Amino acid sequence: MVHQVLFIVFGLICVAGAINLLLQRHPINSALSLVVVMASLALIYLLLGAEFVAAIQVIVYAGAIMVLFVFVIMLLNAGEEERTRGSRVALILGVPGVIILAATVGWLLVTGSGQLGSVTIASSDFGETHAIARLLFKDFLLPFEITSVLILIAIMGAVVLGKRES
Amino acid sequence: MNPIQTIDYIRILPELVLTAFGIVVMMADPLLKPGASRKGLGLISLAGAISAIAATFCQIAWSARDAQFAQPGWFGMVRVDSFAIFFHLLIPAISAVCILLSLEYLDAQNIRSGEYYALILFGTVGMVLMSSAVELVLIFIALEISSISTYILAGYRRRNAGSAESAIKYFLLGSFATAFFLYGVALMFGQTGSTSILTIGKALATTDPGLLAIAATALMMIGLGFKVAAAPFHVWTPDVYEGAPAPIVALMSTGPKAAAFAVLLRVLFATQSAQWFTLVWICAALSMTLGNFGALMQNNVKRMLAYSSIAHAGYLLVAFAASNEIGISAAIFYTAAYAAMNVGAFAVVSHFAAGGERYISVDDYSGLGRRSPLLAFTLTIFMLSLIGIPATAGFLAKYYVFSAALSASAHPTALVWLTVIGLVNSAVASFYYLRLIVVMYMREPLVAEAPAPASIGTRLALVLAALATIYLGVVPDRALNLSVAGARDLTPSTAAVGTVSATAPSSAPVATTPVK
Repeated sequence: MVHQVLFIVFGLICVAGAINLLLQRHPINSALSLVVVMASLALIYLLLGAEFVAAIQVIVYAGAIMVLFVFVIMLLNAGEEERTRGSRVALILGVPGVIILAATVGWLLVTGSGQLGSVTIASSDFGETHAIARLLFKDFLLPFEITSVLILIAIMGAVVLGKRES
Repeated sequence: MNPIQTIDYIRILPELVLTAFGIVVMMADPLLKPGASRKGLGLISLAGAISAIAATFCQIAWSARDAQFAQPGWFGMVRVDSFAIFFHLLIPAISAVCILLSLEYLDAQNIRSGEYYALILFGTVGMVLMSSAVELVLIFIALEISSISTYILAGYRRRNAGSAESAIKYFLLGSFATAFFLYGVALMFGQTGSTSILTIGKALATTDPGLLAIAATALMMIGLGFKVAAAPFHVWTPDVYEGAPAPIVALMSTGPKAAAFAVLLRVLFATQSAQWFTLVWICAALSMTLGNFGALMQNNVKRMLAYSSIAHAGYLLVAFAASNEIGISAAIFYTAAYAAMNVGAFAVVSHFAAGGERYISVDDYSGLGRRSPLLAFTLTIFMLSLIGIPATAGFLAKYYVFSAALSASAHPTALVWLTVIGLVNSAVASFYYLRLIVVMYMREPLVAEAPAPASIGTRLALVLAALATIYLGVVPDRALNLSVAGARDLTPSTAAVGTVSATAPSSAPVATTPVK
């Protein structure tokens, strides 16, 4: 019961933060709303029993990545976003689109909830570092290793596109 | 005992080879002088792509010796069956030809950075892995590797605003599409409790697939439909192709597309076909119609080919809609045929437009038949193949696709209509392909001098693409047998195995008799 109440509270905060992120016109306000989203997501992970993921979420996303975001916004001295004709068209088309999509998915989840099985946590160490490490370095070893190529490409892309043209 | 055996490393051998060569290219880059040409690095990466093909032959030899090889490896992550091997051969070959094209292009464009070649190789790792991955998590990572490297490569003409526009558009819309794919994966996990395609297939076959599974498949189709530029997720294609460097367009219109079609085949045929038939039907009909009618209005050759690639994605989806083994093998064959002719067409565009991408409107091609007869002749081969004239790869590919659609037992009327739409579209398409040929041979040249002579690399690329186009059109037996074997791997449960192998190859000689 407490779990459900907490889930609803943090879920609502998360969605409100995400909507606020979109509505804010100054990038720094959007970045700070993103902190709210990340932190409430971390709490939802915690409610689901994934302690390790929750901690990582706070350290990496709400911590490191957000600091980077804020630094970049400050350094670039980014101004307020402008409303153009294009963005107005996007708003007119986008908002109903999002509502339709959200309604469809919501309806599907509500009607299809009978088909969703319940998950029983088999091992006592579920969500702990040990269990995650076993998944990461055994079953998901290949995806884990191949991610290094992905990160390498991302770094290379930043270097290539950011380099000053000689 | 170490749970990872030698056989596991053989299963990802092409990926390992490509990654190693990519790292070598990256490390060799700083050794060269800042302003010097990067041709040497291009040759190293060419060796990498060819080694990846050699590694695939090693896989073929291993699979002939060890029946265990076609089983899933790496804890159920990859499965190197005949289906995967087909794409393991095709994709590095596409990359090799694109690297050959880039040798000349980079010097003409004065691009001096070795990361270009490393990105092509790493992107190829992602594409190759997409074709053998059977776990949605791994597919997602491989898809991201192939996509992100193409986003970056699209923006490589740094001095050109169009190139930046192309990269940004591709990146934003691509990330959006990836989010749809991920949401589909999440819903599929909710329905079946697994992210492994093999387990999902079994779970959906035994229980009645609910609305959730249909929604999951639809969302994954949106994500992959974007990657293959199928309508209605095609809007990005013309702008991105127009701004990106021509050799990269040759790559991204074939390589990632072939890989994404491989994933789409694996995902769709793991779930039951009855659910997605209508979706695929609509996508196929829309792609063919919008692609061909869009191409009719273009005056820029790159944009025209972009719309034509949307249309070809539509023809390919017709084979999906047939949803039987013949359809799958036709789709696999089509990816190879399309790769050969489209890489060739972009090779000509790339060479002709080099040095600033100036000559890319249809009028620039007027009189090319007189100015450079060989170049005009090769482009004519590719255009005829794109139309689907007999004795070219394009003809046989289309022939197999439509005959698969007509021979399907499920939804016969809908498929007949789809075939009719496809044939009408082929007729429309021949107009704009022929227009280019007519302009080349019948019109007076605007400028008298011949275009710059092609370098050895470009010549080799053109010859390879032209040979592949004609080879697949005249003696398709080997490629076809491989695609039939691949199709059989995807549908192990169907009973119609024997009939397919009997009909598909035997129809090939009939089509080729006029040539011999």
